[in-house]
Amino acid sequence: MNRHLISAADLSKDDALLILDTAEELAQVSGRSIKKLPTLRGRTVVNLFFEDSTRTRISFEAAAKRLSADVINFSAKGSSVSKGESLKDTALTLEAMGADGVVIRHGASGAPHRLSGWVQGSVVNAGDGTHEHPTQALLDAFTMRRRLGNLDGRKVTIVGDILHSRVARSNVLLLHTLGAEVTLVAPPTLFPVAVDSWPCDVSYDLDAELPKSDVVMMLRVQAERMNAAYFPTAREYSRRYGLDGRRVDMLPEHAIVMHPGPMVRGMEITPEIADSPRSTIVEQVANGVTTRMAVLYLLLGGSESAIGGTE
Amino acid sequence: MTAAHRPDEPGVARAAEGDGIPLTKPVLEAPDIRRALTRIAHEILERTKGGADVVLLGIQTRGVTLARRLADRLEEVEGRPVPWGPLDVTMYRDDLRLKPARAIGRTELPAEGIDDRIVVLVDDVLFSGRTVRSALDALNDLGRPRAVQLAVLVDRGHRELPIRADYVGKNLPTSKSETVKVHLAENDDRDVVLLGPKGAE
Repeated sequence: MNRHLISAADLSKDDALLILDTAEELAQVSGRSIKKLPTLRGRTVVNLFFEDSTRTRISFEAAAKRLSADVINFSAKGSSVSKGESLKDTALTLEAMGADGVVIRHGASGAPHRLSGWVQGSVVNAGDGTHEHPTQALLDAFTMRRRLGNLDGRKVTIVGDILHSRVARSNVLLLHTLGAEVTLVAPPTLFPVAVDSWPCDVSYDLDAELPKSDVVMMLRVQAERMNAAYFPTAREYSRRYGLDGRRVDMLPEHAIVMHPGPMVRGMEITPEIADSPRSTIVEQVANGVTTRMAVLYLLLGGSESAIGGTE
Repeated sequence: MTAAHRPDEPGVARAAEGDGIPLTKPVLEAPDIRRALTRIAHEILERTKGGADVVLLGIQTRGVTLARRLADRLEEVEGRPVPWGPLDVTMYRDDLRLKPARAIGRTELPAEGIDDRIVVLVDDVLFSGRTVRSALDALNDLGRPRAVQLAVLVDRGHRELPIRADYVGKNLPTSKSETVKVHLAENDDRDVVLLGPKGAE
């Protein structure tokens, strides 16, 4: 039975720690002159991207190639999807090609889950609509652990457009599994209805949360998903929920500033803060390759997957 | 760090309870292991003319312990430290697809690197030779040593590849239906090499 990584909730604490520990060892490979391991030789990984993405697609491609897998890139533009082909028919095509792993980014929440019922290979969710982005949460946790050590009892504040954010949901689920305490901060209009059922705290006041945060993670306001007026003006949003020098001074000495990218400088974060030594933004990209290598190895490397859900 | 399970490193065989006949017997006790390592250390110095360019790489898990002990002995004899480090070969194994994906161990090359040096691979038991083949592949990605040699505590025969050891603690004729298990104080609780029937619990 093949296993998948669709949701951060698929991972037990042991699974999550296994991925982070594996990533820690794989991180050395990036520092060598030969940045390649033969582990997935002869396996095929398909990158199925129905939504635009630079960072995540390149990251998955680099991860699969460093493990010697064959990579097939598929983007919706210029494919049969633009001629009206359905997700299922695309899936059956992949199936016929014998894909061992399918990495999917899709605008519709739940698309990877549907896909996992149609293909034999392991499905990795690379972001589905406003639902989840589990590998982003893993690389964020990996980055936090490298900077701060054990995540047990760490206080993580996630700020911004929670409503449209798949990163926030995956991070809340994974960080809760790993024992961290998460607080979400946003204007009331940018919280999803069911946020009460998430394993985290909720606040509308950023200044009150900063002094007790070990990590503050800024999210982009996803204007492209907004079909209503969620806040009066960008300037007002920026004043109340943007991270600037004054707010960073309120953080404890050791605290770090994260952003999953792409960021809008001047909106949720000022350029000085984004480029400051406390910011892990560039590190997060490098850690993304390592973490995704760990996920691909543990899902596809053996006779059966060592991690993930079996839905 | 989880010990990678290897085909030439079978599970611990213990004496069966009840029938009174010990199924496993120690073939090397702590003093034997100590003497074997001391001899190997001297052989390494002899063969490499003082060991000036030697780097010891221990194969996870017990090879690492043995490499550390050998490095200590070389230092005692020659009076200067010998670089050593752990080498994990999990990602290079040829049996990865026969078992579920497993945790990987640490690889840490000494700061001097391995380019143009004499690398001595260190492992506890030499059996099929497949672990050593994986280690040779791993070395290929890590640098270009001048020469690669192999030191093992126990050579139990039954090679499946054209590989031999340069330094052997003890040649132990075994049948394929037996298991050889090396215990080291740092990893287990005492130094001993046990020989027993396969699957003895």
